[in-house]
Amino acid sequence: MYVELKNITKKFGDYEAAKNISFGIEQGRMAALLGPSGSGKTTILRMLAGLETQDSGDVIIEGKVVNDIPASERGIGFVFQNYALFRYMTVYDNIAFGLKVQKEDKNKIRERVMELISLVGLDGLEKRYPNQLSGGQRQRVAFARAIAPNPQLLLLDEPFAAIDAKVRKELRTWLKETIQKVGITSIFVTHDQDEAVEVADDIIIINQGNLEQIGSPVEIYKRPKTPFVAQFIGTSIVLDDLSGFKGFEEMEPGQKVIVRPEFVEAFKADNEKFKGLMHAVEEGVIEKIEFRGSYLELTLKVNGVSLTTNRSLERRSVAVGEKMCVLLYRVYAFDQSGAETHKNKLLKGIDVEKL
Amino acid sequence: MKKKSENVVKWILIGISVVFFLLMLVWPLFEVIFRAVADGWETYSAALTADNTVSALQVTLIATVIALVVNTFFGVVAAWLVTKFDFRGKNVLSTLIDIPFSISPVIAGLAYIMTFGRSGWATPLIDKINELLGTDISLVFSVPGVVLATIFVTFPFISREIIPILHAQGKDEEEAASMMGASGFTIFRKITFPHIKWGLLYGMILCTARAFGEFGAVYAVSKARGKTFTLPLEIDALYMAGSSDSITQAFAVSSLLVGMAVIVLVFKNIVEYKAKKKEEE
Ligand SMILES: Nc1ncnc2c1ncn2[C@@H]1O[C@H](COP(=O)(O)OP(=O)(O)O)[C@@H](O)[C@H]1O
Ligand SMILES: [Mg+2]
Repeated sequence: MYVELKNITKKFGDYEAAKNISFGIEQGRMAALLGPSGSGKTTILRMLAGLETQDSGDVIIEGKVVNDIPASERGIGFVFQNYALFRYMTVYDNIAFGLKVQKEDKNKIRERVMELISLVGLDGLEKRYPNQLSGGQRQRVAFARAIAPNPQLLLLDEPFAAIDAKVRKELRTWLKETIQKVGITSIFVTHDQDEAVEVADDIIIINQGNLEQIGSPVEIYKRPKTPFVAQFIGTSIVLDDLSGFKGFEEMEPGQKVIVRPEFVEAFKADNEKFKGLMHAVEEGVIEKIEFRGSYLELTLKVNGVSLTTNRSLERRSVAVGEKMCVLLYRVYAFDQSGAETHKNKLLKGIDVEKL
Repeated sequence: MKKKSENVVKWILIGISVVFFLLMLVWPLFEVIFRAVADGWETYSAALTADNTVSALQVTLIATVIALVVNTFFGVVAAWLVTKFDFRGKNVLSTLIDIPFSISPVIAGLAYIMTFGRSGWATPLIDKINELLGTDISLVFSVPGVVLATIFVTFPFISREIIPILHAQGKDEEEAASMMGASGFTIFRKITFPHIKWGLLYGMILCTARAFGEFGAVYAVSKARGKTFTLPLEIDALYMAGSSDSITQAFAVSSLLVGMAVIVLVFKNIVEYKAKKKEEE
């Protein structure tokens, strides 16, 4: 492990902002700390950086415990949520600051700063002050400034939060590519699951100061360990009772389950493709149809509960009030030990997704 | 209709303000100048060059300069401490900074006498120090006492000017600089100082103006005319002497203080103007 947190706890007064957090990141990876606002992500990042001191536990970087090393000597790059650019310095001086502090040779500084300015695509703007830049440009300066002294680890706090939605996506791709190009280990904080899934190699999910799960985006999506993770990643619906559904009779009444849109299939009764599965079908009525850009989101009333499913625009059109055949392939059920996938017993041996 | 009534209100307010300023400020100040030169230039210049006046001017300038230096240093330190660090008792410290604003200066002066005077608890300590260094410093009824009293009453001006600026600015830039390896002093010089520069200068000007004019606290610790008197005390002494000559002299010396105040005022306006222009950039 390149970066490691071991049993980190942090209290603000009586409030536990981090409860026994442990995780590790391999060198060269890009990890996302994902969780709702107020869950403790920034606090964890700041403890890694040395800007906040944990009450107990160890921060380990490159195999060395750095608990007692101040932020200024940890050699970590940090991009602040609001960028924290030096207001009274030009773009050039902002980026050069870390190098000047290290008393680098003047010509070397100039070379490095100009190289970074063109890496982040801000050629010609080096004499501007931060308040003369757009949000996206500021972000790029903050990034260039953080990596200028060649840190081995880069931390970014909500790097895209202050940027409008249009530019955000473009900047995300850009940042991922640039970080890969530079080859630096990085951890970024976000509350946006799409962002985490798109950009990160590893996702660390934080909720109320607890680490809920760490893993690759696919792993977390396919095998959520806690109800929180299952609900937070992807869209999902929580049901209290599934015992009335065909194929799930053996489930205890009152067992909480989570259903994702992709676990549900809705089709018209004359659909040839699903002919062999009619024994497992429930009857549903379309309650709501929402257009999601590239697909439709259907909400159906089935056995007294509402389920959602996504429908391709290529398929036959449907209308509110229409009766549909509904198949529930599988669900997540939770107990103390974590999430367990329950498949529909009636579909045993049939790979529905391959149909 | 509405426009018109707004206009009326505006002119009434302007009228009230102008009358008030004329009556309360401008007229009395002109009176000072007028009375100062009423007996001719010769009397005027004689009053200004009298030994007591020169001594008072010296004491005033010494006290002001030292108070300015000391308060600039401690004011910045205190402001930095309460805005950029978290520690127990921070609120208490913030409140303490304001004490000179809320306590009457006379009480401050008397408190110094009680502490450093003949029967004060700190006197044995000062005696010890004097013995050790072979000096003869005493803190009350002496110039150092005047300096201390001036420092006390002008302490909050500088920190109160920069605390709001530092608060508004937050800690982010400092933290960013420290992540890049900058030391505390470099951070202050390169990051914090540019933010507070104009506020600091403004606070220093207010501090100077107040130090020039302080009466109560200094009055309590300064009893020797011609030695430890400041300009306000000298003016008071001349005026209280009661003869028509001495009253004219009192006004002459007053005009000196008014002149110093006007210079400070001009500085203050330049600083305000520059700071505002900087802000708009
Ligand atoms: N300096 C602080 N003092 C007191 N409480 C704090 C401080 N910093 C954070 N907190 C609290 O800790 C919790 C986690 O905050 P934070 O780490 O900023 O969450 P996130 O970044 O996930 O939104 C919040 O409830 C917040 O109010
Ligand atoms: Mg945060």
